[in-house]
Amino acid sequence: MTLIDLANPTKFLTLTARVLPWLAALTAVLLLVGLYQSAMAPDDYQQGSTVKIMFVHVPNAWLSMFVWGVMSLAALGTLVWRHPLADVAAKAAAPIGAAFTFLALVTGSLWGRPMWGTYWEWDARLTSVLILFLMYLGLIALWRAVEDPSRAARAAAILTLVGALNLPIIKFSVDWWNTLHQPASVMRMGGTALDRAFLIPLLVMAVAFSLLFVTLHLAAMRNEILRRRVRSLQMMQASQRSA
Amino acid sequence: MTALAALIRRDIRIALRVGGGALIGVLFFLTVVVLMPFAVGPDLALLTRLGPAILWLGALLASLLTLDRLFMADHEDGSLDLIVMSRTPLELTCAAKALAHWLAAGLPLIVATPVLGLLLNLDATATSAVALTLLAGTPALTFTGMIGAALAVTLHRGGLLLAVLVLPLSIPVLIFGVSASQAAITGPLSFGTPFSILCALSLVSLVIGPFAAAASLRHGLD
Repeated sequence: MTLIDLANPTKFLTLTARVLPWLAALTAVLLLVGLYQSAMAPDDYQQGSTVKIMFVHVPNAWLSMFVWGVMSLAALGTLVWRHPLADVAAKAAAPIGAAFTFLALVTGSLWGRPMWGTYWEWDARLTSVLILFLMYLGLIALWRAVEDPSRAARAAAILTLVGALNLPIIKFSVDWWNTLHQPASVMRMGGTALDRAFLIPLLVMAVAFSLLFVTLHLAAMRNEILRRRVRSLQMMQASQRSA
Repeated sequence: MTALAALIRRDIRIALRVGGGALIGVLFFLTVVVLMPFAVGPDLALLTRLGPAILWLGALLASLLTLDRLFMADHEDGSLDLIVMSRTPLELTCAAKALAHWLAAGLPLIVATPVLGLLLNLDATATSAVALTLLAGTPALTFTGMIGAALAVTLHRGGLLLAVLVLPLSIPVLIFGVSASQAAITGPLSFGTPFSILCALSLVSLVIGPFAAAASLRHGLD
């Protein structure tokens, strides 16, 4: 089974039908374990119990950028390799990524209220993530503006690649501009700054959220393939009737 | 080279003649600036403080307003198909068209800035700082906007979509343009740092814009 074999939508459908239940079950188990560990994690000496928002907020924020990265790869697949499932993958990922970004913004502002005393601050990290959210919405609007899916795919792929320039800006915004949001503490030069008691639940939650994305993404891709089949059947029927 | 020069000359001539719509941008810019004192009150000290931001917002909206002219008119009369099929590389053609658009629609905005600065009670240093940042920043607005214009023209009904797609990309330009002009007027910060980032943004968009626009034209037009 290689990437080329997956280009056949029927093979993709049979494979994902077999894999999806296991994936969903594994996601649920990991989410439960992660949530339990997060609830059992000790309070922070400075932040008290509000630190637990981190276990939801940080995976959402990571995924919001990761999904755009996946869409950029899919955009390359559409434009360069003409992989037939690449535009299905890109289209299915956009709403999921928008949801992760929205949740990252919401949990962040809920965390910001007790910590910083404000729901929103025009700081570099917050603003660049908000821009990411706006770009997700613009991309979804672009997908919906064109009727022919393959033309929409190419337009969206170009916009996705241009928007990928925002990803390094978000990642390094906390290092380049010294503002309210705390600097990177997990993935940074010279090892993590997080205590093991916080790091392990966080990593479990990160894996669980990534699996959640994979599960939702595969399911959405199946829906999109089936939707396209229905569309082409309808068009065939219409052309037969008119003939 | 002569083909590109001819294209630039043609685009500028069309834009400046009746119905071309390039100078509408300046009129719109003037209207936005005139509306501001009605919205925030005619307090001259407040207007001085807000001046650079108002001028930048006005220029941003005015350049967004004229952007859909970039490919739309050529698409309607069919010359865009000829341009795409011609032997000149489409990336170069896109860059030439954007340059012509900036000369016809962007440069008048910068020329109008000193006059509009008077209305906002800006002194000579502030006005020249804003004009300089606009000179460095509006090419970035045109060249990133060109990507949105190329996407919109291939979609047939992309008018409003253009604004949604282009505005997030222009936020960094706005941030550094305004912060550079503020730094020149009041700030303890130096003018050079944000200004050089603004120049860098323009240079990056000069590279990326033509390629992305050419790709979307090539894929979008059947």
